[in-house]
Amino acid sequence: MPHITPGQAYGFFTDTSVCIGCKACEVACKQWNELEGNEPSFLDGFDNTGKLDAENWRHVQFHDNVPDESLTTGNGKAWLMMSDVCKHCQQASCMEVCPTNAIIRTEFDSVFIQPDVCNGCRNCIAACPYDVIGASHVNGIAQKCTLCYDRLQNDMTPACAKACPTESIKFGPVSELRQTAAKRLEILHAQGVTEARLYGHDEKVYGGLNAFFLLMDRPEKYGLPDERNAVPPSRNNAGGYLTAAVTAILGVLGGLIALRHRKEKVTGAEGESDG
Amino acid sequence: MDDVQHFAGPPDWLWYILAYFFLAGLSGGSYVLATLLRLRNAPGDEPMARIGYYIAFPPMLIAPLLLALDLGQPWRFWHMMWNTTPGHPGLNFKYWSPMSIGSWALVVFGAITTVSFAASLVRDGKLRLPLVRWLDNRPFTIFGSLFGLFIAGYTGVLLSVSNQPVWSDTWALGGLFLVSGLAGSAALMLLLARYRPEARPSAGMLSVSERLYALLELALIVVFAVTLFAAGTQGIVFGLPWLVLWLVALAGLAPGLYGLVTERLSADGAAAVRHSLAVPLLVLAGVLALRAAVIFSVQV
Repeated sequence: MPHITPGQAYGFFTDTSVCIGCKACEVACKQWNELEGNEPSFLDGFDNTGKLDAENWRHVQFHDNVPDESLTTGNGKAWLMMSDVCKHCQQASCMEVCPTNAIIRTEFDSVFIQPDVCNGCRNCIAACPYDVIGASHVNGIAQKCTLCYDRLQNDMTPACAKACPTESIKFGPVSELRQTAAKRLEILHAQGVTEARLYGHDEKVYGGLNAFFLLMDRPEKYGLPDERNAVPPSRNNAGGYLTAAVTAILGVLGGLIALRHRKEKVTGAEGESDG
Repeated sequence: MDDVQHFAGPPDWLWYILAYFFLAGLSGGSYVLATLLRLRNAPGDEPMARIGYYIAFPPMLIAPLLLALDLGQPWRFWHMMWNTTPGHPGLNFKYWSPMSIGSWALVVFGAITTVSFAASLVRDGKLRLPLVRWLDNRPFTIFGSLFGLFIAGYTGVLLSVSNQPVWSDTWALGGLFLVSGLAGSAALMLLLARYRPEARPSAGMLSVSERLYALLELALIVVFAVTLFAAGTQGIVFGLPWLVLWLVALAGLAPGLYGLVTERLSADGAAAVRHSLAVPLLVLAGVLALRAAVIFSVQV
């Protein structure tokens, strides 16, 4: 791979059609980033990680997808596997709501939580539509995938992509990854794998994801909001404030009405006592 | 409001935040009611107005502490106000982030309630502060009331501006928390008027306003429920055990709604209300239960 150049957008293209669920990405991520991980959770299938959080910045999802009807050759629908990660959204919900400006966009166009700035308010956790961020029990701050910011600064490929044995996780300039993804989709469709689709490769989802995916089923199946629903949380600002403002006006009016009635009462009472 | 597929994780905002939302509602609401009472400049309302300004102050001392303690890094609370990103020093203010606006509003309203608290002490002859006397005027308290309304209501907007189920499915939470805060404040002021007999002439105003706020709150609870039904997330917040909290919230509306039906806007029943200890406590329990149901049901 050519040198990693600051000022250019880098990201991941994760091709789930070739993911074998080996979890090498999870291990490499933890090793490089010195993440302790959580106690294994014994879930259905082969997932012992559970979800992305402060200790898991890569998570291989396993979805049992055995269909009722028989399959044609090559569709391989028995398991859906996907190495999930922070999407490094162009319109990042976490970045939008962060009150401390701890979440920034780096020179590689990735979304990065500055560990020395974050104060652990966890507003980003409530906002992230991909449930990517977790609060660390060790240092109290919000943590997630950094796109191996430190490795990028030293001209190195992120640990997960480096370790992936099937090249399901591809790292590179986003523009190049999009071309690679388009070609791969074309091949799969030509092979009759009609369920294959790209997610986050264009601007329809949060303005485009720098970590985008080739999926083998609908986005919801993998816990990803579809294009219609992928809207930043600020969509609710106008409605929320407007209702509060109308209520405030009604509240003041209610108080004034009550005050008027009280005034009449007190005036009457005063009149009586004067008399 | 657009419906959203919900894959966001819970932020684990628990009792610190519940306590803050509760106190913010009471502080903002009390300040507004106190200012309304002072609007007509009637001497008979002044003692009750001072009760309102006294109530508004302590929550603004406690609330920042609660918020700081809830942070994963409490000593970095000031990062809300000041950008510590290397090479980018400056004030942090994001008008599109309710938490950012709220942080600043808390500082401003905290200062306002401090002045009004001190001014009430001055008016009660407990202190002599010329600067406070100079600040203590109608424009100042009206300005403060705008912040009071904001502090009481923005907490609901903060929840809505997220991708959480329930919270982001409705636009009613800001208004609901605001009017609930006003109702709770009226109840609390009535409760404290028991210990200040000279404030009792204003009990009628608070009693009538509480009835109106109960009606408005009920309407907003209906709007809240309708928006959740439309999004299909009503089961999260109206299922068990949260239903118990909703029953407490509704019970808190009962005195006001009953008063509205039986006495309408007449202040005649105020005497019974002001002597009751149970009624204001029930209203306050409802204010707390409403917030608890909304905050906790989403995060289990």
